[in-house]
Amino acid sequence: MPGSPTERAGAARRDWWPFALVAPLILFLAAGFLIPVLMMLSRGVTDHELASAWPETAQALRGWDGAGLPDETVVPILAAEIVGARKAGHLNLVANRLNYDRVGSRSLVYRTADALEGGAPARSFADLARIDPRWSEAGQWASMRQAAGPLTSFYLLASLDRRLSPQGAVERVEAEQAVFVDILLRTFKISAVVALLCALLGYPVAYLLATLPPRLANPLLILVLLPFWTSALVRTTAWVVLLQSEGVLNGFLIGAGLIEAPLPLIYNRLGVYIAMTHVLLPFLVLPLYGVMKGISPVEMRAASSLGAGPVAAFLKIYLPQTLPGLAAGMIIVFTLALGYYITPALVGGGADQMVSGSIAFYTNQTLNWGMAAALSLLLLLPLGLMLFAGRYLARTVPA
Amino acid sequence: MSLPPQTGTAFVEFAGVEKVYDGGAPAVAGLDLEIAEGEFVTLLGPSGSGKTTTLMMLAGFEAPSAGDIRLQGRSLAGKPPHRRNMGVVFQNYALFPHMNVERNVAFPLGVRGIRGAQAKAKVEEALALVDLDGLGARRPDQLSGGQRQRVALARALVFEPDIVLMDEPLGALDRQLRERLQVEIKRIQRRLGLTILYVTHDQAEALTLSDRIAVFAGGRLQQVGSPKAIYEHPRNAFVAGFVGENNGLRGIVTRRNGSSCEIRIAGDLVLQATPVGPLAPGDAVTATIRPEHVRLGPDLAAPCNLFSARVDDVAYHGDHSRVRALLPGGAAVTLRSEERIELGASEPLTIGWCAEACLAFADGAEPRP
Ligand SMILES: Nc1ncnc2c1ncn2[C@@H]1O[C@H](COP(=O)(O)OP(=O)(O)OP(=O)(O)O)[C@@H](O)[C@H]1O
Ligand SMILES: [Mg+2]
Repeated sequence: MPGSPTERAGAARRDWWPFALVAPLILFLAAGFLIPVLMMLSRGVTDHELASAWPETAQALRGWDGAGLPDETVVPILAAEIVGARKAGHLNLVANRLNYDRVGSRSLVYRTADALEGGAPARSFADLARIDPRWSEAGQWASMRQAAGPLTSFYLLASLDRRLSPQGAVERVEAEQAVFVDILLRTFKISAVVALLCALLGYPVAYLLATLPPRLANPLLILVLLPFWTSALVRTTAWVVLLQSEGVLNGFLIGAGLIEAPLPLIYNRLGVYIAMTHVLLPFLVLPLYGVMKGISPVEMRAASSLGAGPVAAFLKIYLPQTLPGLAAGMIIVFTLALGYYITPALVGGGADQMVSGSIAFYTNQTLNWGMAAALSLLLLLPLGLMLFAGRYLARTVPA
Repeated sequence: MSLPPQTGTAFVEFAGVEKVYDGGAPAVAGLDLEIAEGEFVTLLGPSGSGKTTTLMMLAGFEAPSAGDIRLQGRSLAGKPPHRRNMGVVFQNYALFPHMNVERNVAFPLGVRGIRGAQAKAKVEEALALVDLDGLGARRPDQLSGGQRQRVALARALVFEPDIVLMDEPLGALDRQLRERLQVEIKRIQRRLGLTILYVTHDQAEALTLSDRIAVFAGGRLQQVGSPKAIYEHPRNAFVAGFVGENNGLRGIVTRRNGSSCEIRIAGDLVLQATPVGPLAPGDAVTATIRPEHVRLGPDLAAPCNLFSARVDDVAYHGDHSRVRALLPGGAAVTLRSEERIELGASEPLTIGWCAEACLAFADGAEPRP
């Protein structure tokens, strides 16, 4: 009988100490993963360049309702802070940020800084307009107000090829700048097709692995795992060798006289599907194999003895029980595919690039982390939905 | 002492059936067995004796390596399991975990095209038969072991199969539940006139349930007969030892006269026994005597064999006691007494038994277990 207070305290300690064991891991994950990821993602919805370089201007712009031009008192404040920021070396940050929204804002800021340092007066809008006429455009001030932070919808809207008009309404960007919706839709489509292809190819493999005697199943399992032990880069280049115009496959087909000209198997969508399906196949096979292993072969015998032919037994007894594993595998493949960019970059054409490519571009090339974060957020959203759907599926179909 | 099937023509017939799993020793060999319609036949034998293999050949999951199995005179060779119309109850129930009880039981009806109200009525009837009314909406993992067993039974009965096959269906249950379900299975079998082929390694279960018992050992049929025939007239030492408890005393035949013989066992003791099969003086034999046939005390009615022995151990079993006695030659004899035994270890006692109850079997004829 666990009754005495010391015994109960002992039980409570025992409940806690497993957590103590994983505490280092939790700390490591928090410090090395969760916090940096959240900090990075927060850049997609916050704006701090203008507020940090021009704090008082930002303050003044936030107090303005956005209609027409702001109160003229903002002009000397701005002028002072432009000069101050250039001295402190912060001006390029805010100039770049303003340039994301209105192309040309960068040169505007620098020209104004030059003029102000040259002694030009800046007490009214008219003074500023004499330095550059763009200072009298309401759109320029509205854009600066939107950049004043602290929260912004700018990056998220830009990721969806939208922006806020000077009047504060959501509008489409010009057709030639509208690329992200296409890339996002393409990313989801490629990922969905790859998940489907993996399901079609992987289901029979998992079935075979789960039903063969171990003597045959174990070597097969190693074959399935083999791709795990080679890097994605090596596997992808192997596909280049196989599929290119002068590659192994085309060489064979031409040599056999089956085709005249090489088939376009790579540097297009087909190449992306082939290479990504191959790379991701084990992620579908393994969870499915685990679920299939858990289905007792006696159940199939029972179905058969009860009068169900092989097809009926499979459809009514086997398949329904493997659906959670199939869903899990497809969700894993889909979510991993969403993040792929090396493989599409190597075996795809220009029209096959995926959103991770854009994220990498903004992160590494232009250092526009706001856009990178916003695009990442848009990728995370359907991912969360998929996981939720997966949990729901797992609950309705017992394993 | 096998009795012929009561109702004449064989319903199920095993003729010279043999099963060899890839190159090993035969799992079943030379099996000839007939089952009459409405009969409850039990395959009884130790682990690995070929009971499941026999059942699986009848169900169609294994093909005989030789011989033929016939149902109502027609060979079953080549007929797949799903067209044999046999209800199988597996040891671990094999319920479909993703379906509730109702859908489990309705499954064999669905694949036969029976749906809707007709199926519902049959499912309800089957669930009522096994005392499970009202549990139709539960999933198998929400049932107790005994309830799962009943669902498996209902599912195997609902489509009115020609014969019901049960492979140790009660093996995973505790003793009380097992006994209760035994009674129910027997009741249902009688009520519906079912033909049942039942597998167990529990000889008590076989004795309670069966019309006839087929005792297996080492893949071979040792004896077929009614429970009474198997218990009282075992054909060999294996059957004598496996069905019910038996003391075995090894010795040499010294004299044979008609329906009895004289055997010398360790310690130069001589006992009278009933020979089973041809025995001649000089043969090595095992004499068997059941514990309940061994009497205690010097004042025995008219025993043919009387020995003075020493108590080795007394065990109290509630309704009876068991005494392990050592004969002067060192052989141990266990006896069962309904009376209270107030004896301590090493105390002397006199035990005895009648020649009719003591069967002698030639050694070396026993099957490989
Ligand atoms: N699939 C198989 N492959 C090879 N050998 C098998 C196979 N199934 C059974 N055997 C062998 O056949 C023999 C008989 O097995 P079977 O399962 O019929 O025994 P059983 O009487 O049902 O035993 P138990 O009471 O333990 O269930 C055993 O020696 C077993 O090892
Ligand atoms: Mg068995």
